[in-house]
Amino acid sequence: MNEIPQGYYLLLAGVLFTIGTIGVLTRRNAIIIFMSIELMLNSVNLTLVAFSSFFGDSSGQIFVFFVMAIAAAEAAVGLAIVLALFRLKKTIYVDEANILKY
Amino acid sequence: MNDLLLTIIEVLIKGMVLVTFILLGAAVQVYLERKISAFIQGRIGPNRAGPFGLLQPFADVIKLFMKEDIFPKLAFKRFHQFAPVISMGIAIVVYAVIPFADPVKITMADGTVKEIVMGVAPNLNIGILFILAMTSVGVYGLTLAGWSSNSKYSLLGGLRSAAQMISYELSMGLAIIGVLMICGSFSLSDIVTHQKGWFWHWNIFAQPLAFIIFMVSSFAEMNRTPFDLPEAEPELVGGYNTEYSGMKFGMFFLAEYSNMATGSILLILLFFGGWHLPFPQEWLGLQTGSIALGIVQLAVFLFKLLAVIFFIIWVRWTVPRFRYDQLMHMGWRMLLPLALLNIAVTGIILFII
Amino acid sequence: MDLFEIIFYFFAAIVLVSALVVVLSKNIMYSAFSLLFTFFGVAGLFVLLNADFVGITQIMVYVGGILVLIIFGVMITTKVTGVDIKEGISGKLQYAGAGIITLLTAIFLSLMFINGKWITGSSTDVHATIHQIGTLLMTKYILAFEAAAILLLIAFIGAALIGRRKA
Repeated sequence: MNEIPQGYYLLLAGVLFTIGTIGVLTRRNAIIIFMSIELMLNSVNLTLVAFSSFFGDSSGQIFVFFVMAIAAAEAAVGLAIVLALFRLKKTIYVDEANILKY
Repeated sequence: MNDLLLTIIEVLIKGMVLVTFILLGAAVQVYLERKISAFIQGRIGPNRAGPFGLLQPFADVIKLFMKEDIFPKLAFKRFHQFAPVISMGIAIVVYAVIPFADPVKITMADGTVKEIVMGVAPNLNIGILFILAMTSVGVYGLTLAGWSSNSKYSLLGGLRSAAQMISYELSMGLAIIGVLMICGSFSLSDIVTHQKGWFWHWNIFAQPLAFIIFMVSSFAEMNRTPFDLPEAEPELVGGYNTEYSGMKFGMFFLAEYSNMATGSILLILLFFGGWHLPFPQEWLGLQTGSIALGIVQLAVFLFKLLAVIFFIIWVRWTVPRFRYDQLMHMGWRMLLPLALLNIAVTGIILFII
Repeated sequence: MDLFEIIFYFFAAIVLVSALVVVLSKNIMYSAFSLLFTFFGVAGLFVLLNADFVGITQIMVYVGGILVLIIFGVMITTKVTGVDIKEGISGKLQYAGAGIITLLTAIFLSLMFINGKWITGSSTDVHATIHQIGTLLMTKYILAFEAAAILLLIAFIGAALIGRRKA
């Protein structure tokens, strides 16, 4: 039913993960760092689902749900922190948030 | 390969017919809205274009087409253009999984019997989830329109609509879960088939609380009064579409009416037995899968649809608008706990039976 | 070229191009919106892998929830479309570091990809995934499920506390 080899999905997920890494390491905008982390989580989800589908076991898909739950929690807390930072410093560039105490 | 080609052609034809009917349906709804509001307010309503003003919606559309397409000077042009497309596209995509009647069997020229499903892909096993997911994408159209217009009224309208739709999506989804537990399927066809027979098999009698929650939340999802805060004229000029003109505004308008039809269709499919008559359809003496039965079912469906749409319009011209804090209070502190309670009670009852 | 392959390459192209736009675009609004396409592409790949329920959940959670939050954040915090390329020696150093780490990640992943011998199961019965997932969540993984629920509750309370304006 599915002629595409498993390796293609894994390769795609690997490339996606690398793109996410580039984003996290090079961008200064907190929200874009955030989006890059979501990209990395997505690539992990892709590998999990690919393994689950090729192995014929649904457990892999369960882990995707847990990753999604954690991503949702992370998005909520992370954006709250970004907004708090913006309120305090009027910037969301992470290298301008360089004081430890206010 | 031949089969695949045939399927593609079939789906394309169905899609074309469906889109035509969605647009015509929007025209009918506009006409009904204007006529009914006039009736409620003791006016006559549109009566110049065509007999009884029947051509009024078409005159409206032609007017919108002729109008100048204005861009605000400081708008984010690309997103400003893109937002109505998202709204309209999402409003139409939802119809892909909606079934309209039982499958009809047609005998082909070479004697083989071909089963034609009434709808583009109504047997999708996650149909209802697809609709929920797509409505959550619909938020982007409004939010983007509000943000890209670079106007405070639009921005407020966009933010309001996003907050409102996200809040009410929750109680809407949770209300549906009760129905899903009873029917044991995510597929819309299965849900409707589960309700066939006498009218007390309809889910509204099994899930009255879910019905009320779902109806209120779908009013909010459709941005209809009493929850039309995103476009509250006295406060926000026009809400997210303040800066839109011409056919771009027309697309928002069409999307809104198409969403209204989607909400009504969902209400019918989930709670009012879909295309089933209020009595067992064997009484009509029509064979299952015959074309005549298909036509009867379509007629029943349309009748129910018109009734629900009439109800929605009636509500619009009767009930005043909520205040924003009241809206949020109702969504989060009343509907959400009630929906959770509904799930728990349904679970306990299903466990006992 | 068969249909599955065409669909796979289509979604893969969407995912990669939009992910690149997310990371490299100078306009944060473009980033946010191409993230939308990435999520959709990944959802399409899930469906291609017979995981339709995960695909639709991906759209509901990521597109309908997380991305809306992100776009709210963008709308509230972004006024002018700023360029955030780093200048000066520290910026160059940062890029060098980023390049090395990225290269290492890529090498590591490709080594795994080349050398890994993945076990593929014989069972191909992946239909009715919803039923299987529901059963597994309620039996084998019930503890993790509850833990995730508590995690979400704590996270949301924390987010509300941080995000609230001090009275």
